Amino acid sequence: MTVLLAVAIGALYACGIYLMLRRSLVKLLLGLVLISHAANLLIFTAGGLRRGAAPIVRAGEEALTRPHADPLPQALVLTAIVISFGVLAFALALFRRVHQSIGADDVDRMRSTDT
Amino acid sequence: MLGEVLTGFVAAAFAAPLARRLPRLAGPILALVPLGILAALTWRYAGSAAPPRTSVAWLPGLGIDLAFRLDGLAYLFALLICGIGAVILVYAGAYFAGDRRRGRMLATLLAFMASMLGVVLADHLVALFVFWELTSVTSYLLIGFDHEQEKSRKAALQALLVTGGGGLALLAGVVLLAQAAGTWDISALAGQAQTIRASPLQLPIIVLVLAGCFTKSAQVPFHFWLPNAMAAPTPVSAYLHSATMVKAGVYLAARLNPSLGGAAAWEWALIGFGALTAVTAAAMSLRQHELKRLLAYSTVASLGVLIMLVGLAAPEGGADAVTAAKAVVLFLLAHALYKATLFLVAGSLTRATGLKDARLLVGLRRAMPLTFVAGVLAGLSMVGVPALLGYLGKESAIAAAWERHAAGPAMLALVLAAPPLVVVGLRVGVAPFLGSRRAVVADGAGTAHEVPTGMWVGPVALAVIGLVLGLAPMLLNRVVSETAAAVHGAPVAARLALWHGFNAVVLLDVAIVLGGVALWLWRSSIDRWTRRLARLAAFGPERGYALALEGTLAFGRVQTRLLQSGYLRRYLLVVFLFAIAVVGAALVAAHRPGAIGAALGEIVHVHAEDVLLVVMMVVAAVAVVHSRSRVAAVIALGAVGLAVSLVFVLYSAPDLALTQVLIETLTVILFVLAMRQLPFFVDLSSRRTRVRDLVVAVLGGGLMTTLVLLASHVQLGDEVASAYFAAEAVPQGHGRNVVNVILVDFRALDTLGEITVLALAAIGVIALVRGRTGLEARR
Repeated sequence: MTVLLAVAIGALYACGIYLMLRRSLVKLLLGLVLISHAANLLIFTAGGLRRGAAPIVRAGEEALTRPHADPLPQALVLTAIVISFGVLAFALALFRRVHQSIGADDVDRMRSTDT
Repeated sequence: MLGEVLTGFVAAAFAAPLARRLPRLAGPILALVPLGILAALTWRYAGSAAPPRTSVAWLPGLGIDLAFRLDGLAYLFALLICGIGAVILVYAGAYFAGDRRRGRMLATLLAFMASMLGVVLADHLVALFVFWELTSVTSYLLIGFDHEQEKSRKAALQALLVTGGGGLALLAGVVLLAQAAGTWDISALAGQAQTIRASPLQLPIIVLVLAGCFTKSAQVPFHFWLPNAMAAPTPVSAYLHSATMVKAGVYLAARLNPSLGGAAAWEWALIGFGALTAVTAAAMSLRQHELKRLLAYSTVASLGVLIMLVGLAAPEGGADAVTAAKAVVLFLLAHALYKATLFLVAGSLTRATGLKDARLLVGLRRAMPLTFVAGVLAGLSMVGVPALLGYLGKESAIAAAWERHAAGPAMLALVLAAPPLVVVGLRVGVAPFLGSRRAVVADGAGTAHEVPTGMWVGPVALAVIGLVLGLAPMLLNRVVSETAAAVHGAPVAARLALWHGFNAVVLLDVAIVLGGVALWLWRSSIDRWTRRLARLAAFGPERGYALALEGTLAFGRVQTRLLQSGYLRRYLLVVFLFAIAVVGAALVAAHRPGAIGAALGEIVHVHAEDVLLVVMMVVAAVAVVHSRSRVAAVIALGAVGLAVSLVFVLYSAPDLALTQVLIETLTVILFVLAMRQLPFFVDLSSRRTRVRDLVVAVLGGGLMTTLVLLASHVQLGDEVASAYFAAEAVPQGHGRNVVNVILVDFRALDTLGEITVLALAAIGVIALVRGRTGLEARR
């Protein structure tokens, strides 16, 4: 699966980068989401992939029994997912506001601070 | 001695409020500060046989101390800095009468004074450098004092760039010097002279240190900033740009002469540049008519003479070197006294008449009798009339050059440079007061009157001191002996007298004065001859400065246009390309083709659902890029997120899967809400741009794939951090879901920060959605 995921991560990065280089602000945001997914998967994969071994201590035991999935990358990715959602929500509200003000989706028309 | 130096800075902080409360008395009251400092230093100096030294640890880890040492050379400079400083503060207080900037001027002058004291007292190379730079900064502020005028701002910047550039060279020089000598203490350097001489760093040290000295002391080819610095108010010119700061370069050269002298490069650089400066600036002074510019060029010439004299005072030289060391001291002292006086007299003349041109000022002796006394005493001192200190200074300089070589370059330079200086002394100090015509006043109304007390008392005091010391030079025996010893690096016994008997030096002196008078009498024909030469100035070093400055600015503009295009996607392109280059270089450097092979080998362990998920993810991602409908793009984006959460489900991350599904749902809803009214996507970029971006994107994606393949065999943390969490989640965190325990217990503060970020984002969203922009509100 690592090989397949590596290809998927690369594809997500490529799509994300391409979208972020577009002039449309919406596409830029779509690209940002794709790159967030890719980065999360990158960290997740780097921690090692394991099936059926969730990092949850079984009832009656005091510690995780091996083999178990690495809990640390999961905690990091969880934080990243939530934070990137916060960023996206703010960016979307900003986009809506900008669009109301200048009536365009084109980043090139947002170069001047005066509307 | 840290106290004495800091007193000046502290007093500077109180100068502005004081000037507001007691506007008329602020100058005289603040003048007590330098006098008090001088008294304290004199107490220390007279009270001990060996030079007193104090040291306070500053950055002990780096071996940097605020060390100060008061020997003859330092004391002589402290005397000039504090004594003339007091005069200048009184003068500036009166000069800026009724000007609301008086407090600022007095404060900056005090700060400069304290910095300059730091330079001459410092016994640690780094401390010296720091104070050296502080004098450059305060000089910048003082030259640009009339900051509303472009001329002042340009002159200030020029002075700062030239002396600051030299300061950088000096920093490199002192660091190398400390490396070569093995000590930071300036007083210990002379003992290491042999070590320094044997070091391969000797030549670089000399070049760098002299670059600092020559820029600060306005030696050719860096001389041009000093005449331009005359844009400063007159008290500043008198203090910084004739009496003290510009002598910092001479001070440093003299201070390091015992440690670096003896090298041919050192000696000939000092003599050569000093002689060239003296002759060039003296010749240029012939073409000036404005009082302050006349004085400025003559100052540059005098600085050249001083630098040359330091070069003649070789530490292992014979009697001629001793004479030169004494000449450095006498000429320095005499020059500071008469030149500061002449500057102040020039300021008073301009204040009283509104005129700056020496050709227009005439017959003022009745109107301004006290200024006349100061002007004549100082002017004749500069000319070199016996019984005035200036005579001793000039006589000793000629003697030093004569003893070295009667037909050497130093002698030649003195003979060429001295007559024009005689002219300057006469034109500024004497000529404005003579003549039978009544003085004209610039605005044509009324006549010139004597300046207020504060503006004549200082110049008269300095001029009288010059007379007293000229008549009774034996008063200077101790300070000249000890200062000359510091310059020469060996004990010197000075026995000064008013008259040293009739000899070749006296004859030369007379010839020089006559030469000056002749230049003055035939000034119109000389003016015609030098007019052609003046055109050469267009190719002078100032042109080089202007070109360098313009070039730097042009380079900056081009670079800004390239990097700061104002187009977001261009910035992003640079960021992506840079990231690709850095990560790519790191991957190439790691060079582990085996790891990729091993990772690829695992492709056999693939489940059907894995293939399905990845295909779904990639197809959806491509659909996001490709779709023309915004809603379709958002739905495809949701599909990508769903596939990602399914990966989490399959690979033992239930918490991630839950969060991802929730967040993905919200994301899709938000997107749809934010852009429900928008039309379809259109192609905004050209085909070429899209192809370029595609190449970058594919490069970036490919790189990340390689990175994942390489990283899949490096599992950091599993044995350290993760093992700790796995073992301690239940005993310490009392939770069975280890990921949750990490988030809410082990890394609780991080999570708190995360919640704060989300709360801030929520507040921002509310403000953006509900608030109105200022523009809309006005509509």
